[in-house]
Amino acid sequence: MKIEILGTGCAKCKALEEAAKQAVAKSGKFAQIEKIEDIMKIMAYGVMSTPALVIDGKVVSTGKLLSVDEIVSLMNA
Amino acid sequence: MFEWWENIVDKLVYEIWEMNSESALGSAIHFFIYDTIKIWFLLLTIIFAVSFLRTWVNTEYVRAHLQGKSAFYGHVGASLFGVITPFCSCSAIPLFLGFLQARIPVGVTFSYLISAPMNNEIAIAMLFGLFGWKVTAIYIAFGITVAVIGGYLIGKTGAEKEILLDVKPIDSELEADLVILTVKERAKEAWVYTVDIFKKIYLYVLLGVGVGAWIHGYIPTDFVARYTGEGNPFAVIIAVLMGIPMYSNAAGVMPLVEVLTSKGMLLGTALSFMMAVTALSLPEALILKRVISLKLISIFFGIVGSGIVIIGYLFNAIL
Repeated sequence: MKIEILGTGCAKCKALEEAAKQAVAKSGKFAQIEKIEDIMKIMAYGVMSTPALVIDGKVVSTGKLLSVDEIVSLMNA
Repeated sequence: MFEWWENIVDKLVYEIWEMNSESALGSAIHFFIYDTIKIWFLLLTIIFAVSFLRTWVNTEYVRAHLQGKSAFYGHVGASLFGVITPFCSCSAIPLFLGFLQARIPVGVTFSYLISAPMNNEIAIAMLFGLFGWKVTAIYIAFGITVAVIGGYLIGKTGAEKEILLDVKPIDSELEADLVILTVKERAKEAWVYTVDIFKKIYLYVLLGVGVGAWIHGYIPTDFVARYTGEGNPFAVIIAVLMGIPMYSNAAGVMPLVEVLTSKGMLLGTALSFMMAVTALSLPEALILKRVISLKLISIFFGIVGSGIVIIGYLFNAIL
C-alpha cells in the first residue's frame, strides 16, 4: 500500500503527514508513506486544496486535516 | 431578530448591575456584552451553514464547472462561486495553477481570486451581525461587481504573458467530485471547520468589540464625523489604503467600523474600507509573486483598489 500526502509545506500538511504515520502504525499494515511537495505533481492529481491524501494513486481527501482514525478507516476502505 | 437578547442584556446591565443607561460606562458595557455574544452566535451559525454547503462545492468542483465556458459566464460564475467557496491565501497558488491547467482564462481566475476572499464567510457573518442584512447584501453585490469587472479588465491587459511558470494544460474533462461524502460526514466536517475558524478569531472579535465599546461610550461623535464623514473628501481613499495591511483581522476590524459608522462615518467609506481589508491582502500578493509577475500583481491591486474606491464614492454620493 502506498500513501501519499500532497501539500506544499503548510502547517496542516505537516500535521497530516504525522497523522498518516500514526495511522499506519495503528493499522499494523505495511505501507509506504511519501510526502509530495512539488506543486506540479500535486496539480497532476487534479487537487487544488491541500493537504490532500492519496492512497494507492486515488485521491481520498482534499483540503482538510484528517484524524488518525479517519485515515485508518480510509486505508481499510 | 435579536430584541430578546437585547432585553436580557438591558435587564442584566441596567437592572441587576444597576448601571446608568445614560452613562458612558453603562452603555459601553451593554454594547460589549450584547455585541460580543450576538456576533459569536452569528459567526458559528453562518460559518457552519457556509462550510456545510461548500462540502458540495469545493474548488475542484468550481474548476470543473468553469472549464470551457464563455467569457461572460466564466466571469459571473467565478465571482458567484467565490461567495461560498473557501479561500485562504495559502491556497492561492494551487488554485491559480489549477485554473490555468483547465484552460480557464486568467481574467476569470482573477474574478474568482477577487471574489473569494472578499465574500468570505467571516466577513459576511460579521457584516450581518453588525449592520444587518441590507448592508450585507449591498456588500456582496458590490463585491461581485468588482470581481466581474476587475477580472474582465485584468484579462484584457494581456495577463497571460505575465505568468512565470509553464503550466501544462490538461486536455481531458476534469472530475468534479474527487471525494464523495455522506451528509453526516459533511455535517461533521463543517462543524470541525467551524470550530477551527472560531478558535482563530473569537479573541479578535472580543478585542474589536471591546475597543468599539470604548469608542461607543467615550469618543465624541463630532470627532469621528469630522475625520471620516462628509468633512473629509479623501476619506474613501485613506480608508482603502489603511485596509490593505489588515487582512487577517477582518473579525477585529469590522466592529470598529460599525461603531465609527454609527458616529458619523459615511457608509460608503465603511464599505470601501471593509472591502480593502478582505480583498487586498499583502500576504496573498507575496504568495502570488511566485507565479505571476510583479507587474500583474500591481495591475491586480490597481484595478481592484480603484474599483473599491469608486464604489465608496458612488455610495456616499447616492445616500
